[in-house]
Amino acid sequence: MQKIGVFVCWCGSNIAGTVDVAAVVEAVKKIPDVAYAVDYKYMCSEEGQKIIKDAVEEYGLDRIVVCSCSPRMHEATFRKCAESIGINPYMVEIANIREQCSWVLKDVKVATEKAIQLAKAAIAKVRFNNPLHPGQSQVVKRALVIGGGIAGIQTALDIADAGYKVDILEKEPTIGGKMAQIDKTFPTLDCSACILTPKMVDAACHENITIHTYSDLEAVSGYVGNFDVTIRKKARSVKADICSGCGICTEKCPARKTPSEFDEGLRNRGAIYIPFAQAIPKVPVIDREACLKFKTGKCGVCSIVCPNGAIDYTQEDELITEKYGAIVLATGFELIDLENYGNLGYGRSKNVITSMQLERLTNAAGPTEGHLVCPASGKEPKSVVIVSCVGSRDTSGRGKTYCSKVCCMYNAKHAMYIREKYPNVDVTVFYIDVRTPGKGFDEFQRRAVEEYGVHYVRGQVGKIMSDKEGNLTVFASDLNSGRHLMLNPDLVVLACAVKPAKDARKLASMLTASIDTNDFYVEAHPKLRPVESPTAGIFLSGMCQGPKDIPETVSQAGAAAAKVIGLLAKDKLMTNPCTAKCNEQICSGCLTCTNVCPYGAISGVEKEVVTLNGTREKRVVAVVNEALCQGCGACTVACPSASMDLQGFTNKQILAEVDALC
Amino acid sequence: MLKDAAKFEPKIVAFCCNWCSYAGADGAGTARKNYPANVKIIKVPCSCRVNPMFILRAFQRGADGVILCGCHPGDCHYSTGNYYTRRRMALLMSMLNFMGVAEDRFRVEWVSAAEGAKFAEVMNDFVVQITALGENVKLRDLRCKK
Ligand SMILES: Cc1cc2nc3c(=O)[nH]c(=O)nc-3n(C[C@H](O)[C@H](O)[C@H](O)COP(=O)(O)OP(=O)(O)OC[C@H]3O[C@@H](n4cnc5c(N)ncnc54)[C@H](O)[C@@H]3O)c2cc1C
Ligand code: SF4
Ligand code: SF4
Ligand code: FES
Repeated sequence: MQKIGVFVCWCGSNIAGTVDVAAVVEAVKKIPDVAYAVDYKYMCSEEGQKIIKDAVEEYGLDRIVVCSCSPRMHEATFRKCAESIGINPYMVEIANIREQCSWVLKDVKVATEKAIQLAKAAIAKVRFNNPLHPGQSQVVKRALVIGGGIAGIQTALDIADAGYKVDILEKEPTIGGKMAQIDKTFPTLDCSACILTPKMVDAACHENITIHTYSDLEAVSGYVGNFDVTIRKKARSVKADICSGCGICTEKCPARKTPSEFDEGLRNRGAIYIPFAQAIPKVPVIDREACLKFKTGKCGVCSIVCPNGAIDYTQEDELITEKYGAIVLATGFELIDLENYGNLGYGRSKNVITSMQLERLTNAAGPTEGHLVCPASGKEPKSVVIVSCVGSRDTSGRGKTYCSKVCCMYNAKHAMYIREKYPNVDVTVFYIDVRTPGKGFDEFQRRAVEEYGVHYVRGQVGKIMSDKEGNLTVFASDLNSGRHLMLNPDLVVLACAVKPAKDARKLASMLTASIDTNDFYVEAHPKLRPVESPTAGIFLSGMCQGPKDIPETVSQAGAAAAKVIGLLAKDKLMTNPCTAKCNEQICSGCLTCTNVCPYGAISGVEKEVVTLNGTREKRVVAVVNEALCQGCGACTVACPSASMDLQGFTNKQILAEVDALC
Repeated sequence: MLKDAAKFEPKIVAFCCNWCSYAGADGAGTARKNYPANVKIIKVPCSCRVNPMFILRAFQRGADGVILCGCHPGDCHYSTGNYYTRRRMALLMSMLNFMGVAEDRFRVEWVSAAEGAKFAEVMNDFVVQITALGENVKLRDLRCKK
């Protein structure tokens, strides 16, 4: 006879507030084979676990059902608890009476009834549980970081410093990300390049770091500890090993019609270019779509001027395959397109710019060598308007509903840049709220107002018009005074919302990592596991997980590295024992299952098997490789003879649950 | 509270894949997005683990509605699982009427881990739909009832 123990948790008042836990205990006690049932305030606490352990000893329990929060929270806790007293961890089932019951129902009677039914289903399932034993798999001691912004660089450095090999995969011709474009950083106003470029150099020189720039993720397979990755190293058309980085080619290239991505279109670049002076690697790339040699067959100037003969028009993409134990996503962000914000005049007037363009205009290494000018006239502005929350916190459907988090701070920074260098320029910031939580942040913003005399106007900008001469008129409302305002600034800066990198969704699909409706990667737990993806072995670093500034990005990058190091430090990993298993007695060897398995875990093997009528015969049967099987269960449904079953979620277990609920 | 004796309370089974929809259901709970107690969830690793047999068994045992939830196409934790689900369930759907179950009693929905609110919405909607359809009598095999 089975001896099932049922433990009903109050979760303080989270469950007990809506579910009559005592009634649940009484109800399950009546079920055959339930040898013991009890409720307690916090089952997951040490005291709660002791109740379970004592009950196992006293009543000789062999199966445990815990009615509590979601198994995603504490299944592991209760499995460990069972194991500590000699019960196989897979003899534990959880009835989720919090998330699925007390938290979504209000009526005590209704909630109690549902809790009892959920408990019954879990009890019905646990009767068919079998002890399962995890296997082991090797861990490849190498990590891949996708994205070479500050997040990716910091994560890679931390992993490399711990002694593990790590590769950075960056789609652009250089690492550095957005931080390389920024002029100075809040709240200290130190020069962004001065703190970033040494880190870029550290990464490039580190013996444990390999950088693949101008590269894309081509394919991924495998699982935690054992990812097989193919990287497409796009053809630069320049031999990196011969190029000395002198840059003569980039100066002489006659095809200069492409707007520079790095300078946010404020300047044009050649078809062969190095994004910026401190780029790593400092090897140019030929943009084949802009290059005259590729377009017309004529030109070839770069190859003539190159003193080292490094130009190679015939270079082809290279595919690199490598194995990794862990993968970190650090793909960062982009600014939204402003096509839905035509009312603000972006694209129609050159003097309406984005905040990132302003960073380039104030940057000494930028297209104007740091002279703030209106792009249309080339003249210094007399007054500037900064518009906050363009596309952020916008519930009208044309922008993003979330707060981009960094804009309030960089708006104050931008206003200070301008007032510091050009005290006669008037700066007005329009805002909904000023949000400055963070160390030294509020003080920083106050300085902008009190010391730098920046005007802050609470209100929204409705429209920005530009006349034939390019003069701007800003129509706005001042919410505090209720007045309508009309301003005529020379330059308008739009603090537009951030959004995840363009390829975030594609990468999430390739890595089976979760992604939210805004395309930010989802963490395994919003509070307790913020740098891990729900998919084992995939970690998150930086803006790709949600808006954050550089200090937060760097902290998260370090946290992600710590998690990766923790994983790589293990020699072996326990594998999920909930794998498919073939009943060889009834398997006909049709091998239908092999075709549906996404991991190629099943193969046909000729074996001697005992048939149903007891005779022995040699024939082909399906055999599952436990190390490869991830336990999806696709094969179990495909199998025409129902010989394939999934351990931990067997046909019998699921049908028992169905029967208990209907 | 007195329950309206005449009010029909449908029995609804929801199969949810562990990685998206089950997490979405947790999200509904965390955000306190209410949906009726009629819906009871069975967790499966992936929507592709759901054998049409499980669904038929539920109807046979007297379920009034069955809903199967998985990750959005392209987002399955096992890459391709929900593509199998989509095909299999399209096939099942085409046979339900023939087998004597109104096809409106069965639904497939894609709910991601981030869509707690959607989970609750879908369940509310499904309960309304099934309540309107009334009790499922056709496939109920009384021999299965104790
Ligand atoms: C105008 C502006 C001013 C700012 N000023 C400040 C400031 O003063 N102080 C501050 O703390 N923060 C500031 N921030 C925020 C700061 O820029 C971010 O916190 C920081 O850049 C985030 O770093 P990241 O590495 O996560 O992302 P990113 O810098 O975006 O780096 C991501 C990298 O991943 C690469 N990548 C993307 N997709 C792929 C792919 N599919 N494959 C390979 N590689 C890929 C990108 O090319 C990029 O190199 C500012 C932001 C803006 C917009
Ligand atoms: S589909 Fe079933 S019967 Fe056919 S080989 Fe696979 S396990 Fe055996
Ligand atoms: S359960 Fe999924 S991964 Fe495992 S053998 Fe079957 S199809 Fe392959
Ligand atoms: S894991 Fe959700 S559908 Fe496959």
